[in-house]
Amino acid sequence: MSGPSLESEPLVAVRNLHVEFPSATGVTHAVRGVSFAIGREKLGIVGESGSGKSVTGRALMRLLPGSARMRADVLRFGTTDILQAGEREMRALRGGRIGLVLQDPKYSLNPVMTAGAQIAEALRAHKRLGRREARDAALALLESVRIRDPRRVHDAYPHELSGGMGQRVMIAMMLAPDPELLIADEPTSALDASVQAEILSLIEEQVDRRGMALMLISHDLPLVARFCDRVAVMYAGQVMEELPAADLHQARHAYTRGLLECLPSLSERRDRLPTLKRDPAWLAPRA
Amino acid sequence: MLLARLKSLAATAASIPITLLGLAVVTFFIGRVVPIDPVLAVVGDRAPADVVARARIELGLDQPLYAQFWRYLTDILSGNLGRSVMTSNTVWEDIARYFPATFELATLAILIAALLGIGLGVLAATRQGSWVDQAVRVFCLAGHSLPVFVLALVSLLVFYAWLGWLPGPGRQGIVFQDMVEPVTGILTLDALLAGDWPAFWDAVLHLIQPAGILAFFSLAYIARMTRAFMLAELRSEYVTTARAKGLSSMRIVWRHAFRNTAVPLVTVIFLTYAGLLEGAVLTETIFGWPGLGQYLTVSLLNADMNAVLGATLVVGLIYVVLNLMADLLYRLMDPRTR
Repeated sequence: MSGPSLESEPLVAVRNLHVEFPSATGVTHAVRGVSFAIGREKLGIVGESGSGKSVTGRALMRLLPGSARMRADVLRFGTTDILQAGEREMRALRGGRIGLVLQDPKYSLNPVMTAGAQIAEALRAHKRLGRREARDAALALLESVRIRDPRRVHDAYPHELSGGMGQRVMIAMMLAPDPELLIADEPTSALDASVQAEILSLIEEQVDRRGMALMLISHDLPLVARFCDRVAVMYAGQVMEELPAADLHQARHAYTRGLLECLPSLSERRDRLPTLKRDPAWLAPRA
Repeated sequence: MLLARLKSLAATAASIPITLLGLAVVTFFIGRVVPIDPVLAVVGDRAPADVVARARIELGLDQPLYAQFWRYLTDILSGNLGRSVMTSNTVWEDIARYFPATFELATLAILIAALLGIGLGVLAATRQGSWVDQAVRVFCLAGHSLPVFVLALVSLLVFYAWLGWLPGPGRQGIVFQDMVEPVTGILTLDALLAGDWPAFWDAVLHLIQPAGILAFFSLAYIARMTRAFMLAELRSEYVTTARAKGLSSMRIVWRHAFRNTAVPLVTVIFLTYAGLLEGAVLTETIFGWPGLGQYLTVSLLNADMNAVLGATLVVGLIYVVLNLMADLLYRLMDPRTR
């Protein structure tokens, strides 16, 4: 199941990760036995809603709600054992070494703080900086995410920014302390189609320039294929298949094939798109 | 942007006279609708017919309703609320004497209630489901359900009668009665202004019980609302962002989540404060506190309509002023309301 030619020491190592949410009505098993590794590369994680892809991403930062139960044979970032790390160690990891870009800047930015203050806060959480220095650094970051008028955006509140602009602020904020891994959880799903491409190319540019690893979580199969080096396909809390993005059209697993079949095409006329037939055998327990 | 901000401020300011006019209409019609004959209230029910008729003309009651309203409006605008039958002072003098007592009590109570209520509410929300949360819940339940007269009497029994730690009812001890020059009518402040420390301390001791009890009831409500607002904020996406940035939980709770509860919380606290300023009748009665609540109740029971309507007008005015203050605070705290 593991990908081809991994580096000897991957940045992220996950083996047999399980996440459960106990509730009054029973236990929801959101992630069941997921294993993967990320080196200095772009890994795409695709899957439908509820397949456990976001929970997997947040488990890496231990950002799950307090009620969640998490276990794994290995859950490691660099040399840090995420399952064992203390809260102080995790705080250094969050933001400092792993950044997280969320879906919709309308909700993921604090509405009562200016964009600049939120970026400066991320900086000052991980670096010793004075107020002035943090402000200058925030302005420089805003410029680096290709905002034309950094001064205006710096002093603006989130509701005064467009979706694309808000997402640039989010990215600038998460890049501020120079993390080694960026987790982008559906970073373009809430944006207009025309802005989506801009944001993706911005993420690509920044990841390449800074030599970061990227974990791109999305439900958009062609997008991930175009953008990432490798793709892991998740279904019902398990990884169905992991393969180089370039080979996606040759996917072997029935679920991945099914997903690809369902895509409409401009070049090929189809009267009716097929629906996905789910096979319970996909979820057979494995070691 | 500045222009838009000034415009919305002007709109708020313009709404105040309209609200006040509405308030005057309401008190005027209450005065006409109640089954108390204002003429008889002045001359007594044994007055001869010609005296009654003359008083009727003097009070302007022979004139059409709109003329009466105009007269009422010009009267209250010039500060003339009429004369209280019961105290034979002008209503304005009475209110100037009773209101500071209520103001002192209510302000201290709301300060205690807001500080403790916010603290307990935030504590309960950040430790949802823990024993701390349960303890706060029980404490608040007591605040909601214990009748004020029970709590006030038990408190007097324990702290005044048995332990003797605190003074009994009243605003000040007999030794200090009328010793402090009334400047503001707020006893603690007047004692401070006069530099009279024993009188100040005496006034503070007298405040503790009634203010503590009023604070307890307000606190229960403020804590419960704070907890609910905080729980909603702590679940929101920007809190996940703040955690993903590696911020301390202290900073996430106060700097991020709490600041977003400010607008609804200001509403809750100001409405509670307005309720307290109206005068807490039961608390004031039990603690012999000469406040607005007592004045209103006694006037009402004595059918002293000028006093009742005057005090009602003042209470309405308090609501308008506090609403305006809350409105200005929103603008200060939430950029989306500017």
